[in-house]
Amino acid sequence: MSDSSVRYVTIDGNEAVAYIAHKTNEVIAIYPITPASPMGEHADAWSAQGRPNIFGSVPQIIEMQSEAGAAGAIHGALQAGTLATTFTASQGLLLMLPNMYKIAGELSPTVFHIAARSVAAQALSIFADHSDVMSARGTGFAMVASNSVQEAHDMALITQSATLRSRVPVLHFFDGFRTSHEVAKIRLVEDATIRALIDTDAVQEHRARALSPDHPVIRGTSQNPDVFFQARETVNPFYDAFPNILQQAMDQFAQCSGRQYSLFDYEGAADAERVIIVMGSAAETVAETVSVLQAQGEKVGVLKPRLYRPFVGQALLAALPASTRAIAVLDRTKEPGAEGEPLYKDVAAAVLEAVCRGDLPFTGVPKVVGGRFGLSSKEFTPGMVCSVFDNLKQSRPQHPFTVGIHDDVSGLSLPWDDTALPASTDGQDTIECLFYGLGSDGTVSANKNSIKIIGECTDLNAQGYFVYDSKKSGAVTVSHLRFGKHPIRSSYLIGDNRAQFVGCHQTVFLEKYDMLKKAAPNAVFVLNTPLAQDQVWASLPRSAQQHILNKNIRLYIIDAYAVAQQSGMGRRINTVMQTVFFAISGVLPKDEAITQIKASVEKTYGRKGRHITRRNFEAIDNTLAALVQVPLPGAVNSTFEIQEVGAGIADDFVRQVTAEIIAGRGDLIPVSQLPADGTYPLSTARIEKRNISLEIPVWDETLCTHCGKCAFVCPHSVIRSKAFPAAAVVDAPATFKHVQIKGKDYPQGTHISYQVAPEDCTGCSLCVDICPIRDKSNASHKAVNMAPIEPLKQQEKLNWEYFLRLPDIDRREVKANTMKGSMLLEPLFEFSGACAGCGETPYIKLASQLFGDRMVVANATGCSSIYGGNLPTTPWAKNADGRGPAWSNSLFEDNAEFGLGIRAAYDQQRIIAEDSLRRLADQLSPGFVDTLLNAPEASEADLYEQRQRVAQLRDRLAELDSPDARQLESVLEALVRKSIWIIGGDGWAYDIGYGGLDHVLASGRDVNILVLDTEVYSNTGGQTSKATPRGAVAKFSASGKPTAKKDLARIAMTYESVYVAHVAYGAKDVHTLHTFLEAEAYPGPSLIIAYAPCIAHGVDMSHNHRQQNLAVDSGHWPLFRFDPRRAAQGINPLKLDSKPPSIDYGEFVKSETRFNMLWNTHPERAEALLNQARAEVMERYERYQQLAALDWDEELQ
Amino acid sequence: MMVDLTTTYLGLTLKNPLVPSSSPLTGHFDDARRLEDAGAAALILPSLFEEELIHEQESLDRFVVMQDIGHHEADSFLPNAHHFESRLDQTLEQIRRYKAALSIPVVASLNGITDSGWVDHAKDLEEAGCDAIELNLYGMNAEPGARSEIIEQRYLHIVQRLVEAVQVPCTVKLSNQFTGLMHFVTALEVNGAAGVSLFNRFYQPDIDLESLQVKPQLSLSSCQETLLRIRWLALLRPQVTFTLAATGGFHGFQDALKALLAGADVVHLCSVLLKGGPEVIQDVLRGMSQWMEDREYQSVQQLKGSLSHQNAVNPVGYERENYMDVLDSYQRSPGVRV
Repeated sequence: MSDSSVRYVTIDGNEAVAYIAHKTNEVIAIYPITPASPMGEHADAWSAQGRPNIFGSVPQIIEMQSEAGAAGAIHGALQAGTLATTFTASQGLLLMLPNMYKIAGELSPTVFHIAARSVAAQALSIFADHSDVMSARGTGFAMVASNSVQEAHDMALITQSATLRSRVPVLHFFDGFRTSHEVAKIRLVEDATIRALIDTDAVQEHRARALSPDHPVIRGTSQNPDVFFQARETVNPFYDAFPNILQQAMDQFAQCSGRQYSLFDYEGAADAERVIIVMGSAAETVAETVSVLQAQGEKVGVLKPRLYRPFVGQALLAALPASTRAIAVLDRTKEPGAEGEPLYKDVAAAVLEAVCRGDLPFTGVPKVVGGRFGLSSKEFTPGMVCSVFDNLKQSRPQHPFTVGIHDDVSGLSLPWDDTALPASTDGQDTIECLFYGLGSDGTVSANKNSIKIIGECTDLNAQGYFVYDSKKSGAVTVSHLRFGKHPIRSSYLIGDNRAQFVGCHQTVFLEKYDMLKKAAPNAVFVLNTPLAQDQVWASLPRSAQQHILNKNIRLYIIDAYAVAQQSGMGRRINTVMQTVFFAISGVLPKDEAITQIKASVEKTYGRKGRHITRRNFEAIDNTLAALVQVPLPGAVNSTFEIQEVGAGIADDFVRQVTAEIIAGRGDLIPVSQLPADGTYPLSTARIEKRNISLEIPVWDETLCTHCGKCAFVCPHSVIRSKAFPAAAVVDAPATFKHVQIKGKDYPQGTHISYQVAPEDCTGCSLCVDICPIRDKSNASHKAVNMAPIEPLKQQEKLNWEYFLRLPDIDRREVKANTMKGSMLLEPLFEFSGACAGCGETPYIKLASQLFGDRMVVANATGCSSIYGGNLPTTPWAKNADGRGPAWSNSLFEDNAEFGLGIRAAYDQQRIIAEDSLRRLADQLSPGFVDTLLNAPEASEADLYEQRQRVAQLRDRLAELDSPDARQLESVLEALVRKSIWIIGGDGWAYDIGYGGLDHVLASGRDVNILVLDTEVYSNTGGQTSKATPRGAVAKFSASGKPTAKKDLARIAMTYESVYVAHVAYGAKDVHTLHTFLEAEAYPGPSLIIAYAPCIAHGVDMSHNHRQQNLAVDSGHWPLFRFDPRRAAQGINPLKLDSKPPSIDYGEFVKSETRFNMLWNTHPERAEALLNQARAEVMERYERYQQLAALDWDEELQ
Repeated sequence: MMVDLTTTYLGLTLKNPLVPSSSPLTGHFDDARRLEDAGAAALILPSLFEEELIHEQESLDRFVVMQDIGHHEADSFLPNAHHFESRLDQTLEQIRRYKAALSIPVVASLNGITDSGWVDHAKDLEEAGCDAIELNLYGMNAEPGARSEIIEQRYLHIVQRLVEAVQVPCTVKLSNQFTGLMHFVTALEVNGAAGVSLFNRFYQPDIDLESLQVKPQLSLSSCQETLLRIRWLALLRPQVTFTLAATGGFHGFQDALKALLAGADVVHLCSVLLKGGPEVIQDVLRGMSQWMEDREYQSVQQLKGSLSHQNAVNPVGYERENYMDVLDSYQRSPGVRV
């Protein structure tokens, strides 16, 4: 066991930092943003539990509407003399910048903790680099970097100490994900140390500076040219003093904890000639590599600047060996157009200044080069470190350079070889383990638990890092775990031939990923498979067999799903696979390991979860009995290889880029193959074929009435209907089903087919749930029923391909205001990576069916932008004519404005086009121009005709040689009415984007705003928004939201010029359909607020429709439409479309964990909040009823 | 003369035979105090359903404890509740609170589904301080292979294990769906049960003709339901010595008196209290006392079982179905020779 005087904990970087921040602050203003959100979540949860800070009070946690709001609140809290902090990243930090200038300008002590993340440029990225923190260089905040979980924990305190003593606010940053989400065993800073470092006099002085009417001052004045400059210079002494104050805090911390830090920490040869200077987690990789190279006699070293601002060039140079001859400065950021990145330029300037001063501490002027690495968490490995050192060996080292990518455009990238030296250089005792799991199968939580067990029960150090793909349903997770006697400094993924243990928790992954490439010689490989011992070998791809034989890998199998089922665990295999790991990895003695797993289960569930505990114990025991080692045959005999994603794809880009990313080889794509401006093609989700469902719907054409509901609710556009002439069905597969369409709207001989895309289905079963048709003799059999996929897959693949080849119905022939008709329209949003049963996507899909061929989408950042636009693919698709929704995501906060800009552009282009047309009327024929200018565009037929006219116009313009003709050619698409959609979640609409949304509503412009209201920030993990209902438990409202949900619709109605509606498609689908049609047709701003059940509600999404019904029936989600066109006709514009609440609000509340868990945590509060909410929903319905009952004619009078 | 209303119930001496049975009313602390104030002699708490506890555990496990959902931006959706009170905690706390505040016996009610669940939770309830435990021992047992004797053996085994596991008396709330009820009840006594309650009322499935869904229904009881109970109380009284409790449809003092006359030691009240409030107990007690005083009964003890099958003037009335009464009128008096 570990030193008993030191408390070890196994936590991630976010928790490590939040722990200190919560202990040392009084007001914490937060706003969710990946990857910093968990810091706020921890702080909120601790305060909800009543955990006090070291001053004895429970910190107040305030969630704001944006990071700008959080910074403002912190500014105020600081001005009023409290200790205040916040956490953020990326765009969040950028939103804080204006206040940061103020906070620093007023010398207010605070620490902002930043999980550094890329700032969106050609694309958004949630991963790590320093582009965000580097944007804050000018604010006046000191900047301090941490390179590991332990350092982030320690530095959180050291910076808090230094800010209080110096009055200089600090931006404390560490790498997003790599540090913020890495789970590591660290030594906990004790309260005594925290108290020792927090200078109470400094706290008192801070309080004394507070704005107070008892000793009033004014601050935040407006200054003129006469004094502003001088006043700006007054702070210099504070910045001059800061480095020493920080070092003193570091020294004091060392006395308390034994861990010494310096402003610039150097590691490596005392006589090093080549040195890398780098901040963040990469410094650990460089240090690890340096130790190996040094042992090999190389004169190399690494300098780790802790303090970046104020920049102390002299001290930096002084920390380097005098023998230094070449310096590579690595920046994890890019400043396009700059001659070097920030740290490089600072170091270069420091050298130059030293030369000028004549006190250069080296034997000669060193070469200084700068390079970029690791943008958006790009891997940075020891091989790359070697490459940088090799560059420094050159007589003229390359500058600038990049490392980690293949840049065949600018030629800047250095080559590297990851086999150049052992990937893990901590010593040979480190055990590296890899686990391939599904997001939902419990692999990650099991691994986190294993790390905790090993970290807390042994002397071993432990590290865990978790990689996910970009999907929300059926996501693949790869867990990278390291255990070892030496501190683990490898801040990169486990490389090829390194993993001593590889666990494949899903059999299908073997056909997709070359995971055994990662296995070390003599490794253990565990495969979860239902196959028997003698059948397994043949089930492996050839390359897997080859790896096993070549590397002498021991192969174990377990049927984890069978063991889980047998133990009452359903499809959760986490305990089974965790037991397997401990049973055969040898990290811990088997018996001890099993005892520890059981102890951990008991600790997790205790008496409250005896049933679950028993089942887990049973699973553990059953696992040990079911684990089998497979004897290896002598030869490779498999008949298949790992699937190639790109095979058969005609489009070069999709094959060479999209398919490569899908295959997990995105890192190898050279710069030249990627678009320079972030533009990508549509219709790519269809190539992924993720095969994640175990069951698919099967259409019973003998029962079906062709109502279209199944296609309407399918969140992934997997089940579709198509109407076509029966005669078109030629050479159909034998099992392809199609029947005469029912109803008078379609001529005899028109057939309909409902077909499922078997490989794209997620198995949510909502199509079956919504189907209203039951077999008269067997009520459990419907017109669509789920069935196991395996026996059906091949035939349905053929049927699907055939279905796609059948002609689409002419849109002019479709009655789009009927459910059946609208569902015959092709969805141009398909196979997204959204969660199975997602409550948002059916709305987007519906819009794409009705308006997709003339739709432009402005999409706020959030779930819909991730499942809509996260590489490798997009669900947005084109139709056979090549038309489809054009989509873009600007930011989180500006989506309404972004969409308005698009509207304005099209309106302007139309004006330009119309003006040009009028000028060219004589040449084009006045009648033709008149029709083009004045033709109606209300119906599909109108639009078809206008498109025909525009096509004609294009042809005729080609014959004209005039500037007007050329101008008109460039804008003539604007002559066909465009449907502008502004789509986002409630976090955007109710909170961060509300100001812009309100402005756009007031603008009167013809935009359609779709708010997908999940009542929480779903994408970042369920944080409270102003849409969250009273009494719901959400992150940042751990003790239940105490205030009512904002009534956005009612606010919008006050304009009286906005079309406003509340819809819930699962409760009233036709109402949703009609609302979309009305909203789009309204020639002004339309706001559709759509109820969207979400897994964040704590209810299985197979109950999505039930929950929508409960929401409507209980009054939680009244349905209505407010149409200003009715007011113009003297009719009340508000039409209430749902009946008064018919069930108790409590019935709805108690059906969802987000509400009912409050009865487990705060029962009395839960009851009180329920009672309040119950009264509110009744009152709200009555208010709407009163509004809807007003006689509008009389009102006008 | 004041009549003595005291009775014994599961070895406990009660001030009268009226014991509110398990209902939302007994689950609310303020109502429980009102029940005591109105004269309730003991009360039975709402049942602790093991099935609900399991459901709660599974829900919390799935949605709160193990929230693996698997994408970079969110590894969970709900805050992890570090301190949560399970339904079990809440029930145990309720017992402690009731015991601290009430002077009447507090009987816990338990409905288990697993062997270990029955025993573990009974121990929890005892540890929390309840005076007795009522076992809701039933199941649909609709499997084709579920033979009566196996089912009964399983029930008896549970009772035996519970009686061994806890010191407080255990009574069994029974369904009337037993072919050999007499045999089973006597076997319960042999296996250590301290009493039985006759009979439980259950949710019954109903069919919604609109949705064609099966939906459970529970309606309040009616006095008509007492007759079946009275019959079995009378039949059982001579055969067993342990507590017999009447439950299901007992609303007024007349119903209560009939149950006692047939052989019940206590009478459980539920629907009547839900409709009329706790104060109905006072009316029932007054009515009982008046009736007994009018007929010069001195005590409930004297009254109990005085019309049991053993003591009734015409015990055959408890045994036969109605149509047999018609046949009886053709029989001569026993003393008439031919």
